[in-house]
Amino acid sequence: MANNYDAIVIGGGHNGLIHAAYLARAGKKVVVLERRHLVGGAAVTEEIVPGFKFTEFSYVVSLLRPEIIRDLELPKHGLTILPLPSTFTPMDNGDYLAAWDDHDKTRREIWRHSPKDADAYDAYSRAMARMAMAVKPILSMIPPDPTSLSPKDLFGLLKLGGHAGSLSEKDFHNLAKLMTMSAADLLEEWFELDPLKGTKSASGIIGTFLGPRSPGTAYVLLHHYMGEIDGAFRAWGFAKGGTGGISNSIASSARALGVEVRLNASVAHVIVKGGRAVGVALENGDELYAKTISSSLDPKRTFLKLIEPRHLPDDFLTAIKRYRTRGSSGKVNLALSELPDFTALPGVGPLHRGAISISPSIEYIERAYDAAKYGDLPARPYIDSILPSMIDPDMAPPGQHVMSCFVQYAPYHLNGGWDDAKREAFGDSVVDTLAQYAPNLKRAIIGRQVLVPPDIERITGLTEGNIFAGELALHQLFFLRPAPGYTDYRTPIRGFWQCGSGTHPGGGIMGANGRLAALEVLKG
Amino acid sequence: MLLGTPFHARTQPLNEAQVWRRWSGYLAAGAYELTHEREYWAIRNAAALIDVSPLLKYHVHGPDAARLLDRMVTRDVSRLGVGRVLYTPWCDTEGKVIDDGTITRLDAQRFRLTAAEPNYRWLSMNAVGLDVTVEDVSSQVASLALQGPKSRLILNACAADSLDGLAYFRVTHTRVGGVPVTISRTGYTGDLGYELWCDARDAVAVWDTLMTAGAAYGITPTGILALDIARVEAGLIMLDVDYTSAHVATIPEQKSSPFELNLGWAVDLKKAARFVGRKALAAEKTSGSAWQMVGLEIEWPNLERLFWEEGLPPRIPNTTVRASIPLSSLGRQVGYASSSCWSPLLKKYIALAHVEAAHAKPGDLLMFEIMVQHKHRYTPARVVPLPFFNPERKRE
Ligand SMILES: Cc1cc2nc3c(=O)[nH]c(=O)nc-3n(C[C@H](O)[C@H](O)[C@H](O)COP(=O)(O)OP(=O)(O)OC[C@H]3O[C@@H](n4cnc5c(N)ncnc54)[C@H](O)[C@@H]3O)c2cc1C
Repeated sequence: MANNYDAIVIGGGHNGLIHAAYLARAGKKVVVLERRHLVGGAAVTEEIVPGFKFTEFSYVVSLLRPEIIRDLELPKHGLTILPLPSTFTPMDNGDYLAAWDDHDKTRREIWRHSPKDADAYDAYSRAMARMAMAVKPILSMIPPDPTSLSPKDLFGLLKLGGHAGSLSEKDFHNLAKLMTMSAADLLEEWFELDPLKGTKSASGIIGTFLGPRSPGTAYVLLHHYMGEIDGAFRAWGFAKGGTGGISNSIASSARALGVEVRLNASVAHVIVKGGRAVGVALENGDELYAKTISSSLDPKRTFLKLIEPRHLPDDFLTAIKRYRTRGSSGKVNLALSELPDFTALPGVGPLHRGAISISPSIEYIERAYDAAKYGDLPARPYIDSILPSMIDPDMAPPGQHVMSCFVQYAPYHLNGGWDDAKREAFGDSVVDTLAQYAPNLKRAIIGRQVLVPPDIERITGLTEGNIFAGELALHQLFFLRPAPGYTDYRTPIRGFWQCGSGTHPGGGIMGANGRLAALEVLKG
Repeated sequence: MLLGTPFHARTQPLNEAQVWRRWSGYLAAGAYELTHEREYWAIRNAAALIDVSPLLKYHVHGPDAARLLDRMVTRDVSRLGVGRVLYTPWCDTEGKVIDDGTITRLDAQRFRLTAAEPNYRWLSMNAVGLDVTVEDVSSQVASLALQGPKSRLILNACAADSLDGLAYFRVTHTRVGGVPVTISRTGYTGDLGYELWCDARDAVAVWDTLMTAGAAYGITPTGILALDIARVEAGLIMLDVDYTSAHVATIPEQKSSPFELNLGWAVDLKKAARFVGRKALAAEKTSGSAWQMVGLEIEWPNLERLFWEEGLPPRIPNTTVRASIPLSSLGRQVGYASSSCWSPLLKKYIALAHVEAAHAKPGDLLMFEIMVQHKHRYTPARVVPLPFFNPERKRE
């Protein structure tokens, strides 16, 4: 009896927890089964070096949906999003380019390098914000199910959202181009400054196995501007306690709504009877039963590991096998005795409270991609780092610091395979790259954690360590995520649902997947 | 030029936009950085250092010091022990609030009263026939508020004595940076926090010591804009914004009683001393108050929809609006919000509001006026209990 539920949710990442919370809010008896000893999945904070808290995988939050923050009363359960106001890009000539938290200061800073780009910067931001506004309703919408993807369908979808009407002819045209262009092409139309283009292009390649010159990467830049639309609800920043703080607040809200969260409960397989999912079997042999079962694991893990193939149609299985999950990102977390001191802008200053981006040019990132494309590690990778302890003093002992470095590219399929030596070599390349700009970094390191795609896969379960549970490439967005015909969170098996990042509207700490899926499950 | 406070030598160069606000004839930083966002978060997540020297401060001493204060304010000062602080309003004979502030019992016959507006004349008038001396020490005493979850750790790192034993609304004497400082566990943020009181000549030494000791804990010089959000979240009212002093009001409707300001808890009708306004307040307690100060939460989905209908993302002010905003029920105006802001912490649009007593129950729905693309619109707001934010660490 104790093992009978209305709903079982597999995976206690933020999507699984949100999904469970919404089901419980509707009166369902829900259990979340999490394989690890803590909730959060790719949004966890752990004290890997004593006294130093690492926001281990994900590190910034940008699109957590306002309706979820409200419905689940997350601020009451500890969600706090602190500002991360600036971006600092050191340059190879010893100078730097910064975007500060003030329009005039940023303008003056860009003007210092290029008066033309200083003007273009504002126009670009406005154009992107307008387009993001047109696309945004899709984030809160269950996609309809056209069978093929063409830009035309997407515009149909925008019309459905009801906000494409506000776009001018020119914006509409830009949006159409955006769907197929590379980030580099788009940015080169606007800007001339290498570090500006480099830094902006980076947001087009995060989580993909693509370079800034690959077609389709321009669209991903838009996602960066989506947050603007939430007005005061804009959730861009660093979560107090790291992204584990977000997961903990969601778990606390879910528990308050009556959700049971079982830790150290790894699901071995889903029990299917007569074409219907009826329960799950845990690795320890326990069985749990429920009317509906939802998986927040990525599509490959969900359908290729938890379900026997005979329960799934062939074309569906083929689509899932083809679903792209090439991992391309790594993470280096550092415990520091002192702040990195950048030769381009010495001393402790506002730069330490924002993002520090190693992206001197598009070419630099494209070269890093070239190495990865052929299965090698780039000598000089793209790095996006922040110093969480400068934003939230609770992350490290007083006066000491933690540094989170997100790195691309680290190919999952490395030539000759990954081993400890290669992992450390990767870590060294990151530290060496940063130390070029901040020479004191090496002596400041007290401890370090290096995570490469196989580590990400091993710890979080994300197939091939793909950070978004499937690349955010155009052919894997909207109505094709994860497979044609199954974008409304249903699966070929009755009573079995998907609610993780592998579904619409994609990866990142957004929660829309878990929520929208719950609304579908509740419809029955 | 208005006056600089005793900390001006330090605060002036830090003020990036050189934006100053007026406060009792002094210059007070609106924000030190170009936006007040980080300063706000210092209050809630680290430690904010706020120059509150422009507060009016009176030393009241002599054998009848307690009697004078007891005669004046609505709470019982006779029972205030040495080393304790209380917050209280004071009223005119009609029981309408003149001002509000704190009273600290520094020793048996010595008190410090803080006030928002000059009260020297009022104190003197009430002192008739008593053996007491009132001194306006506003310019001699410099004061700093150190507010936020890390404030205690910072003080422990630099004060001569540990602050661990200092309870909420207590005061202690110690040294900071080698100079004598009185520290009270008080503040205007509703968070863990302290206020430091020192001789104006020692001000800079205290500032420097705190800034050095606080560096490892994220200490952040913080201006009035950030403070103004924190105090609304804490449900703390402000003279001239949330109410008009009975001494200043031109018409009776502008005055408020403590009951109407949600300060009924601070009216001690049972205390031994007779105090100004007692009779009127006793009568109001029996007959009920016409108005009530409440908290409001402006509901987001409808507000967002009103903006979307104009093709705009929702836009609300990012600082506290200190202006009256009409509230209506079934088409009739039943009150007004006097302070409203977006709470970055609660992620809610909140307001302190005066409403007719019939509309003051938690859960009551009122319509809040907003401007959307130059058009007047009304959007639903709900009455909620005050304060909006009240963390355990404030008292722990
Ligand atoms: C290195 C890295 C950096 C990132 N940076 C950012 C960022 O800065 N900002 C951002 O928004 N996003 C970022 N992301 C992406 C974001 O973290 C993820 O998209 C998001 O956290 C996924 O949430 P989820 O709930 O869908 O899945 P997950 O978080 O992957 O949750 C799945 C859960 O299922 C559990 N599980 C797996 N198998 C089983 C099983 N058999 N039985 C039971 N439980 C199981 C896992 O342990 C895990 O807890 C990053 C991701 C990575 C890896």
